[in-house]
Amino acid sequence: MDPLKLVRRWPVVRQLTGADPLGRGEAVRSNAPEPWTPRTDEADTVTRSVCPFCAVGCGQRVFSKEGRVTHIEGDPDSPISRGRLCPRGSSSLSLVTSPSRITKVRYRRPGGSDWEDLDLDTAMDMIADRVVETRARTWQDTDDEGRVLNRTLGFAHLGGATLDNEENYLLKKLYTALGAVQVENQARI
Amino acid sequence: MAEAHPVGFQWVMEAKRRGAQIIHVDPRFTRTSAVADAHVPIRPGTDIAFLGGLINHVLQNERDFREYVVAYTNAPMLVREEFHDAGDDDGLFSGWDPETLSYDTSSWQYEGADVAAASGDRDQWDSDVHAPSARIASHRQTHLLGQSEGAGSGGARFTGEPVRDDTLQHPRCVYQVLKRHFARYTPEMVSAVCGMSPEQFTQVAEAICANSGRERTTMWVYSVGWTQHTVGVQYIRCASILQALLGNVGRPGGGIMALRGHATIQGSTDIPTLYDLLPGYIPMPPKHTRMHLADFVEADSATKGFWGNMSAYVVSLLKAWYGDAATPENDFCFDRLPRIDDDHSTFTTVLNMIDGHCEGYFVLGENPAVGTTNSKQQRQGLAALQWLVVRDLQEIETATFWKNGPEIETGEMRTEDIDTEVFLLPAATHVEKAGSFTNTQRLLQWRHQAVEPPGDARSDLWFVHELGRRIRARLADSELPRDRQVLDLTWDYPTEGPHGDPDAHAVLKEISGYRVADRSPVDGYTQLHDDGSTACGCWIYSGVYADDVNQAARRKPAGGESPAALEWGWAWPMNRRVLYNRASADPEGRPWSERKAYVWWDEEAGRWTGHDVPDFEPDKPPSYRPPEGAAAQDAIGGNEPFIMQADGRAWLYAPTGLADGPLPVHYEPEESPTRNAVHPGTRANPARQRFDRPDNRYNPPDGEPGADVYPIAFSTFRIAEHHTAGGMSRWTPYLAELAPEMFVEVSPALAAERGLEHTGWATIVTARSAIEARVLVTERAKPLRIDGRTVHQIGLPWHWGPNGLVTGDAANELIGISLDPNVHIMDTKTGTCEVVAGRRPRGPALPEFVESYRRRAGIGTS
Repeated sequence: MDPLKLVRRWPVVRQLTGADPLGRGEAVRSNAPEPWTPRTDEADTVTRSVCPFCAVGCGQRVFSKEGRVTHIEGDPDSPISRGRLCPRGSSSLSLVTSPSRITKVRYRRPGGSDWEDLDLDTAMDMIADRVVETRARTWQDTDDEGRVLNRTLGFAHLGGATLDNEENYLLKKLYTALGAVQVENQARI
Repeated sequence: MAEAHPVGFQWVMEAKRRGAQIIHVDPRFTRTSAVADAHVPIRPGTDIAFLGGLINHVLQNERDFREYVVAYTNAPMLVREEFHDAGDDDGLFSGWDPETLSYDTSSWQYEGADVAAASGDRDQWDSDVHAPSARIASHRQTHLLGQSEGAGSGGARFTGEPVRDDTLQHPRCVYQVLKRHFARYTPEMVSAVCGMSPEQFTQVAEAICANSGRERTTMWVYSVGWTQHTVGVQYIRCASILQALLGNVGRPGGGIMALRGHATIQGSTDIPTLYDLLPGYIPMPPKHTRMHLADFVEADSATKGFWGNMSAYVVSLLKAWYGDAATPENDFCFDRLPRIDDDHSTFTTVLNMIDGHCEGYFVLGENPAVGTTNSKQQRQGLAALQWLVVRDLQEIETATFWKNGPEIETGEMRTEDIDTEVFLLPAATHVEKAGSFTNTQRLLQWRHQAVEPPGDARSDLWFVHELGRRIRARLADSELPRDRQVLDLTWDYPTEGPHGDPDAHAVLKEISGYRVADRSPVDGYTQLHDDGSTACGCWIYSGVYADDVNQAARRKPAGGESPAALEWGWAWPMNRRVLYNRASADPEGRPWSERKAYVWWDEEAGRWTGHDVPDFEPDKPPSYRPPEGAAAQDAIGGNEPFIMQADGRAWLYAPTGLADGPLPVHYEPEESPTRNAVHPGTRANPARQRFDRPDNRYNPPDGEPGADVYPIAFSTFRIAEHHTAGGMSRWTPYLAELAPEMFVEVSPALAAERGLEHTGWATIVTARSAIEARVLVTERAKPLRIDGRTVHQIGLPWHWGPNGLVTGDAANELIGISLDPNVHIMDTKTGTCEVVAGRRPRGPALPEFVESYRRRAGIGTS
């Protein structure tokens, strides 16, 4: 850029040479080509959500544009949080858009020294096969004294506390039907 | 609270602005202490002594809210003559059996009534219910099966009418039993055990008494640190006794606020992915030779109170799961439920993995490789599996233990020798799926979906639905009964979106309940029946989809006009915000005071009314007295607010349901820096669950040989900048930068003694492992004076692990597993260790270093 032009863009020069000697208008306006707008203005959707960290349950508003989350902030309507978020809640955008998030299935074969790629559909089939096989092999109809058990201790589940109620419900329903009783979650830990 | 629940803490500050006095009782001086009116330091593991002291202060000075206590608590009930209180020396109640390390609780009962422990081994009850051995076995079984959790919600069976003395003078009435029991907890004893001065203690005692009664209420707030002890349940019991004595339950500004640590940990307890429960705190059935639905319900349900309708809740659950296949003729498929016969909690399960009995593991949104106590043992369990499925957002330690776990570095494991097949599946975040969270106040809030998850990432709802679909396809041709129970399951949820996600609304509708005939939603659990005409996935959530509206998605700004914000989300049960709020009015239904008016009886309208949804039948007048032979809610009088309890009253004394005594007793933790000053004959909770095996050694407690090898007490804590074991915060740049390294808080005195430098390194060692941390020398960590000697204590945050943007050793490596006997929750808040300057050894030198301390302490040699 022409050095002279650069000097003329300097606010104090604009103030001294232009029509705004008090520096309360044109002279101090930003040099950005267009006025900046918050990314919340450009969002095409705003979705109501709830913070995924602690159990207070602060309201969140999730702004997204073209299918990507662009901003997450506190929901001022929430009687719980009144628009506030703590450091963890405020980091929700980074949690969601983290560049290190895994987006592909990773597979490690027994004894393997590194991850391998695996198609999601294939992985789901393999997992279903493992469950069916383990369950059949470890099934217990009764104990030694003939008391009904109707279960398997061959596999177990441990869930975190950001699994929705609906997710936990279907998990418990499926596991119970499969006879799996070692079903646990973060609540005990 | 300011650290772990910062936004919730704004309401504490709001209360302070309006004149409330804030007292912070905590081992450490924290961000909460900084803005409280008083910080009262306490030695970790001694809260029962402290709370017991407060109860003693209330009783000795007759500061209890007498009208409330007589009418609404079990203070007047007489306890049987056979009952003997915990002895001065041994701290043991009547019924203790040193062989099985458990209690026969029959002597704890009320005079004139039987409150039976729920469940247990029913066949044994049938065969020889009077034999003491059978009684003890059965009682022990009940607690292994975790079924006191059902009793805790009021499901204890109750027969007969307890004898009462409303003057509270009878020496065997609960009030007098309580008074004698807690007389040991004098201010001087509290001071000696807990480490605060008698004056500090008395100030707190006076403050809570002055702030309780008709015109005022006191609230207790605790976080899960209270539950993470070998006496965790008795901590909460102790607070309940105090609050009930002061009339602070069911009233605005009262109660005991449990601040749970994770978004929907309350939800995952209500709709339990827990071994001992079915949805809505219905116990899992135990093993049996012959048991039908009717026997199960009869043995478990109360005859009085809302648990009296348990058959409607169970049948509706079975109808929701088995649909048309569940008929009255086949007992609604009750026999298809799996049976439990032991403690199947996560700790025991991991031991089963190590011992080769459990070969597959689903880990969803959880990170036991650093997040669970005695993490090395967890990784040993993972390494012994045949297959492991991990679903998460990042490459967490549980998914990578086989390539970079600490045991790979030390040479204790070799990658190529680990035969575990690992599937790591990417999961959707909270904004990439729709569903409900239940927060710590029982409030369900719906999250709408903002965007689709990236790549192969899917919701857990998709995963479980898809897994179920594929398993069912594989079993489709089977005639085996065990496979029929999978095929008959209702699994036909409508799907939507590009990945075929099941419609979460449809799942919530099933949870809320509907009439089978026309699938119209029910308004709540009072509309459920035991004839198969209704289906309901979780009876306490019944009504969350009333009027075919997702009530959890309601978002009227500020929750509408009501001070209880009734139009924001939906709280179980029936959108009631304060539980047992009938107790906010006197027995005649009038508010205790205008200032504290909350729910009251409107004589003209013939209804309960007020600022909340009444936690009572809306048209049952205060004058209602149950007729002879009444059952369920009809047996609850109009003056009995505790409608889930078998006797309609708050329990100061628990005649059944607890494994370790009807009243709280101070015991020292598994690893403590001192002897038990209250009961010298019994150091720690005698009924606690221990696992003394090579992978879970304990440090010798004070007074035993080798204790001096681990002379320093430690406790664990959280900070505002990280979340739990770090799976959601260590990969986030801002949080990682705010708190980049594992640290240990030490006092200047300890730093001087051990040569520790601020921001330098320290190594902390226990019988389990050794970790390193940056040293933070601070006055916040105070040495304790116990029995005239100094005991140092240190504080450890537990947010770090080997993976992520910021890494560090996990505090969980240090802690051994010892559990509360009622709920199988581990003690993470107390332990002993040694601290030395410098970084920990690397490679094979690390286990050798840990072993050298064990050898010196004589651990594992016997």
